[in-house]
Amino acid sequence: MGTLPQHLPVVNPPAWARVRRSRRMADRALKVTCTLFTLLGVAVLGWILVMLLIEGGRGLSLAVFTQTTPGPGSEGGGIANALVGSLILTVLGIVVATPIGVLAGTYLAEYGKGSKLAELIRFVNDILLAAPSILIGLFVYTLMVQPMGSYSGWAGGVALAIIAVPVIVRTTEDMLSLVPGSLREAGVALGAPMSTVIMSISWRAARAGMVTGVLLATARIAGETAPLLFTALNNNFWFKPNLMGGVSNLPVMIYQFALAPYQNWRELAWAGALIITLSILALSIAARLVLKKDKVR
Amino acid sequence: MSVLSDRMIISNMQSVRRSSQPVFDRVFRWASYGSALLVLIVLAGIIGSMIYGGMPAFREFGFGFVTSSAWDVGRDQYGAWVAIVGTLTSALIALVIGVPLSIGIAIFLTQLCPPWLKRPVATTIELLAAVPSIIYGMWGLFVFAPLFAKFVQIPVSSIVEGLPFFGTILYARVPSGVGVLTAGIILAIMIIPFIASITRDILDQIPTMLRESAYGIGCTTWEVVRHVLLPQAGVSIIGAIMLGLGRALGETMAVTFVIGNANRLSLSLFDPGSTIASRIANEFNEAAGLQLNALLALGCILFLVTFTVLVLARLLIAQVKAR
Repeated sequence: MGTLPQHLPVVNPPAWARVRRSRRMADRALKVTCTLFTLLGVAVLGWILVMLLIEGGRGLSLAVFTQTTPGPGSEGGGIANALVGSLILTVLGIVVATPIGVLAGTYLAEYGKGSKLAELIRFVNDILLAAPSILIGLFVYTLMVQPMGSYSGWAGGVALAIIAVPVIVRTTEDMLSLVPGSLREAGVALGAPMSTVIMSISWRAARAGMVTGVLLATARIAGETAPLLFTALNNNFWFKPNLMGGVSNLPVMIYQFALAPYQNWRELAWAGALIITLSILALSIAARLVLKKDKVR
Repeated sequence: MSVLSDRMIISNMQSVRRSSQPVFDRVFRWASYGSALLVLIVLAGIIGSMIYGGMPAFREFGFGFVTSSAWDVGRDQYGAWVAIVGTLTSALIALVIGVPLSIGIAIFLTQLCPPWLKRPVATTIELLAAVPSIIYGMWGLFVFAPLFAKFVQIPVSSIVEGLPFFGTILYARVPSGVGVLTAGIILAIMIIPFIASITRDILDQIPTMLRESAYGIGCTTWEVVRHVLLPQAGVSIIGAIMLGLGRALGETMAVTFVIGNANRLSLSLFDPGSTIASRIANEFNEAAGLQLNALLALGCILFLVTFTVLVLARLLIAQVKAR
């Protein structure tokens, strides 16, 4: 390294004293700007939540959970049918999507690892992950609603499932590829067939991550509006048990009621918005906690 | 090689042992193969249904469908131009506002944030992505738009009135708060979590040694970010931005609430407009005949644009992983 330059003092001066003023200002500006931007992002989420609590809290009452959505011009009413409808559609979507997503993710991480086909599927899955959900609504409309001649809860469930699958595929694959290969080799060495190795070794090791994926997918589809608009639609009554015809659901109810000229409709829309947002945020946080707990272990 | 021999061992063992096992093993394998193929089929189905459904409109109007700005349900004349312009304008505004914010947040999280604060802040930013689109729409229309009209549209309009250029693009004829700029701002908030989290991942992947070397020769944080981190991240950040753009182009419910849904080509950013997605959401349920086909044709255009953007985004993001 040679000798130290003569002009450098031997004793360490305060760190910033030697730094030119313009450099110091640029540095300060970066730090302040980045911190402000982050605060702004956090503040927006806080603003939305506070507003939801104020506006939605005002409309909350027991009737909201027990009565069905009111018709135009009628007093009071609740959103019981929309709550149950949303629950059914979301469960339907996730029940269809979970096996498909988990199996497809398993293919990508286990059977097809490194193959050209797996690479293509992974790429397409990433595209679907970010594709506009309204297009998926249009697709299911032409696939199911048009041929069947009626809006239906089944079409809504399928649309939600198509949105959920890429989320589950992605997390399943990510989590499975974290499982060390030596675990699998140990299973194979014991003479276990591939399916047993995958189910009792890989899946078990990656369980927490896969549950996270399913929870995140649930959170994602629970608030989806656009695809339901063209598939399950909405109505003001209890839906038919066979789920044919319009099935009332929270997101579309909120969309229609928020823009309506009736005061009680608007209040119900805010109450619904509060319920749906809190549930989704709780699901998203729960998903992260599941993963975190597993990492600690 | 090793996979192949594993499988051979497995199948040999199975023939010796129980006979029910290989059947299940094969079924399981085909089921996972089939599920993976389903992902491809869904994408093909989306493309197919858009082209099939939009065909009558494309055949009726030809290429003029893209360039015509007519949208007259009564006379059955349809053109996509106004919606295309609205989609691109609102998405570009979203990028102009959202990208600096996202990169700033990513820099804060990776370089400036004390470790104990990292997780809560990162989670909060990610939760912005979990809030449903329709909630942004309600917030935008009932909370943000009135404030925006009062504190931005009215004062700015009165300042720029009569000026060339600015007097046109920043003048609100009816300062209601809704419009293309409002939609762009709401979209900016919605794409921040996506761009920020990918940028953060990219910055985290840059070897710590590079950063420490730069600090070691006396660089300030700004210089490290400007001359080491950003050049290293390079095209991958552009990939993250394109991913945000893909989101902004296809976002539906929030935009439908705040853009005003007017089929009018206006030079002012304060004026209402419409995007492809908002037009579809608005009219689809009442549409029939050629109008329905025209809306599906709009969906086809939206698909082509977002698909191209997302493919480019993925290819660019993959760059950093390949290195």
